[in-house]
Amino acid sequence: MTTTFEINGRKVTLKAPDDSPLLWAIRDEVGLTGTKFGCGIGMCGACTVHLNGEAVRACVTPLSTVAGAKITTIEGLDPKGAHPLQTAWIEAQAPQCGYCQSGQIMQAAALLKATPHPTDAEINDTMNGNLCRCMAYVRIKKAIKLAAAGPQGSKA
Amino acid sequence: MNAIPITPLPALETSRRGFLITVAAAGAMMGLAAPTGAAAAEGYEPTIWYRIGRDGTVTVNVIRAEMGQHVGTAIARIVADELEADWSKVKIDHVDSAAKWGLMVTGGSWSVWQSYPLMSQAGAAGRITLIEEGAKLLGVDPKACTARSSTVSGGGKSISYGDIVTRGNMSRAFTAEEIGKLPIKPASERRLIGKASHQLDIPAKVNGTARYGLDAKVPGMVYARPKIPPTRNGSKVVSIDDSAAKAVPGYISSLALDDPSDTVPGWVMVFADSFVAASSACDLVKVNWSAGDTAKTSDADLQKRSAELIADPKAGALVVEDPGVDAAFAAAKSKLERTYTTASALHFQMEPVNALAFEKDGVMEIHTGNQWQSLVLPWLAKALGRPEDKIVLKSYMLGGGFGRRLNGDYAVPAALAAKAVGKPVKMVCTRADDALFDSFRSPSVQVVKMAFGEGGKVTAMDHAAAAGWPTQVMAPFFMPKGANDVAYDPFAISGANHWYSVGAQRVRAVPNDLANRAFRPGWLRSVGPGWTNWAVESFMDEAAQAAGKDPLAFRLALLDAAGRNAGSAPNAVGGAKRQAAVLARLAKKVGWGGALPKNTGLGLATTFGQERDMPTWVACAARVNVDPATGAVKVEKLTLVVDAGTIVSPDGALAQMEGAALWGMSLALFEGTQFSGGQVQDTNLDSYTPLRMADVPDIEVEFVESTEAPVGLGEPATTVVGPAIGNAIFHASGARVRHLPIRSDAVLAALKTKA
Repeated sequence: MTTTFEINGRKVTLKAPDDSPLLWAIRDEVGLTGTKFGCGIGMCGACTVHLNGEAVRACVTPLSTVAGAKITTIEGLDPKGAHPLQTAWIEAQAPQCGYCQSGQIMQAAALLKATPHPTDAEINDTMNGNLCRCMAYVRIKKAIKLAAAGPQGSKA
Repeated sequence: MNAIPITPLPALETSRRGFLITVAAAGAMMGLAAPTGAAAAEGYEPTIWYRIGRDGTVTVNVIRAEMGQHVGTAIARIVADELEADWSKVKIDHVDSAAKWGLMVTGGSWSVWQSYPLMSQAGAAGRITLIEEGAKLLGVDPKACTARSSTVSGGGKSISYGDIVTRGNMSRAFTAEEIGKLPIKPASERRLIGKASHQLDIPAKVNGTARYGLDAKVPGMVYARPKIPPTRNGSKVVSIDDSAAKAVPGYISSLALDDPSDTVPGWVMVFADSFVAASSACDLVKVNWSAGDTAKTSDADLQKRSAELIADPKAGALVVEDPGVDAAFAAAKSKLERTYTTASALHFQMEPVNALAFEKDGVMEIHTGNQWQSLVLPWLAKALGRPEDKIVLKSYMLGGGFGRRLNGDYAVPAALAAKAVGKPVKMVCTRADDALFDSFRSPSVQVVKMAFGEGGKVTAMDHAAAAGWPTQVMAPFFMPKGANDVAYDPFAISGANHWYSVGAQRVRAVPNDLANRAFRPGWLRSVGPGWTNWAVESFMDEAAQAAGKDPLAFRLALLDAAGRNAGSAPNAVGGAKRQAAVLARLAKKVGWGGALPKNTGLGLATTFGQERDMPTWVACAARVNVDPATGAVKVEKLTLVVDAGTIVSPDGALAQMEGAALWGMSLALFEGTQFSGGQVQDTNLDSYTPLRMADVPDIEVEFVESTEAPVGLGEPATTVVGPAIGNAIFHASGARVRHLPIRSDAVLAALKTKA
């Protein structure tokens, strides 16, 4: 019933049922609301966070599985909110309603960490799990390429 | 949605929901500039629409909801351009509901079109005052002064707006009449409109700080998740068994809502101290309902009813009724009749509907994203038994609107629950709850007929369209009357009243009474034109084929701008000539008539966007590949040409065109659900499958340069893509599909039956 983990560099201990989804712990217990609820079945990607550096869907990640882990949310991606992807997202004017964008950026950050210079096919493969209902896909892809191509792209 | 009628309906004239009343009220408020005492300390408010602070900050009040269209930026740039403000000092504030704002609605691709003259003149009023007062402070003749970049200059001296507001006597008031007469700058003098800029709402959307309804919280709130009843209408709670839910830690109680407004009949709210607990408990609560009489209604029933109604010539409203239609058909050398259908389509906005409600200082505060505050306030007043001025809707970013949040019905159960339990209630729907409660786009049936005379000349056209009518169910005061004096939902027929000259024309809009009862039909992005054009533009290709003509040449010949299609000032200058121009330009861009690889086809479609009163001229060419073995359709490229008059925000306009075009493609190929047993069958992404990144084709959009009145851009692209794809499938394979969404098995079936 008690789970301790690190979130954006801060240690937190939460009392909640073991099967409670990480998403709601992050939003309602820790109080970080940048991570969004979309489908609840891991198929839209709005709740994407990093679990020990890997992109996961927080809505289907039970709290019990994150004990001792390091979680990063959109709020902790960069101390100044200026991760190369965040900068590229603004440059490309990617968001429309913006609701899915935290998840899109977190998914893309994991992609660029593993594959600093992804091909179109690699971008499609990875980002296909992140629904953008405004269908801002053209700009999301453009922003990922901008970040990958930029001077800081390889560090992303 | 279509435009609010320029000439309001009688009911609107006495309602604050009326557009003209909004303008009048706004104009009256403009005369009330009273920057004395406390107000002066905060700055100068030349009109209710913006305030200039002593530090020079210009804060523009935006009554439109931000749902991805960056509307605040567009409106602020209209104000700032005439105000001659320094853009770096401009901020936006999405205001809460209040009577002084008049009509609060965000839809119909109306925002820029409706705001443009008013906001321009509001900006001009501020500039005039600032020049007058600045000139006094500088000791210069105001005629020798100019305003630019938040500074008044003259006689070799200058002073900032902030200093003028701080030191000047900012008491100039304008009457509504004076404001309305203020000239708007010529296009050549625009410094912000039409120029590149970043959207003000975007930075907060990339760092997690943008606040959506789901993020609203208040100390002491309890969470609630609803049990969605078996039918949208007519359900009654017989009994509730929450014995199993009591084992969930944090579960509080379950409650059947008593709703005098009948907005959410049969709703049960399950309360807990967290959303997770409320959701778990909700799954365990058993409710025995007596369902409404549509508990067994299916898609087939709905479509059968539409077809029956269409077959009755007396059913529905005659939206266009030229003399001689029947005579022309009787005398025709040949005729063509085709039936087109569309399936139900969900909004599936990313943020499931939710609302936080609580009473504070005698006012019921409702914190939620909403597109039409003025529509839901009366429902809330009735539900809660309190006057509208004791209810306020607080504004948040919308995690997608697409018309779902025009119907603010989800605010009602949250408010009723807060009233019942006497504490703040945060209601959150799961994705499945949201889908079951969606005001989805009604399935539709359309029958289109054309009469041809000598040489294939078009002599008459008859278009009947039947579907559930959102406006009849939710906003009947918005319904104009047809030629036969029957009221109709303009948002369920617009598009059929096209700009082609087809001889004697009849357009008949038919409400499906069963659909209106079985669910709550909704306005979905591009509303009527999103499905009426599936019929109009598919039919135009079929008619061209029947007449032995090229689909491009056939359309261009009918877009002759004769008679009522000549257009009129200020919004439709040029009429059908401008539609012909975008189509001709498109044809040139895509090399219409050129050779294409095997199994590949180009299809054309053109529409006037949302509404004859504010036409956005748009044309699309889809290039698709059809696999003859499987019927699978791959869209390779979408090319669009659009004439939306003046473009206020070029990059925002392009973003809307891209997103709206992909919406059209998604609705055409990837979405659609079935109504069965009184509910929609697809409630999550495991079976409802909107378009994803890997499905995105090449997209090319060209804007026609224009200084005509700015019209809408949020929806028009959605209206052309579906029929362009359908026509391209025919061109590629000879398979004619007449149902949306287009599935590969339908393409295969059409391939087998083709001549």
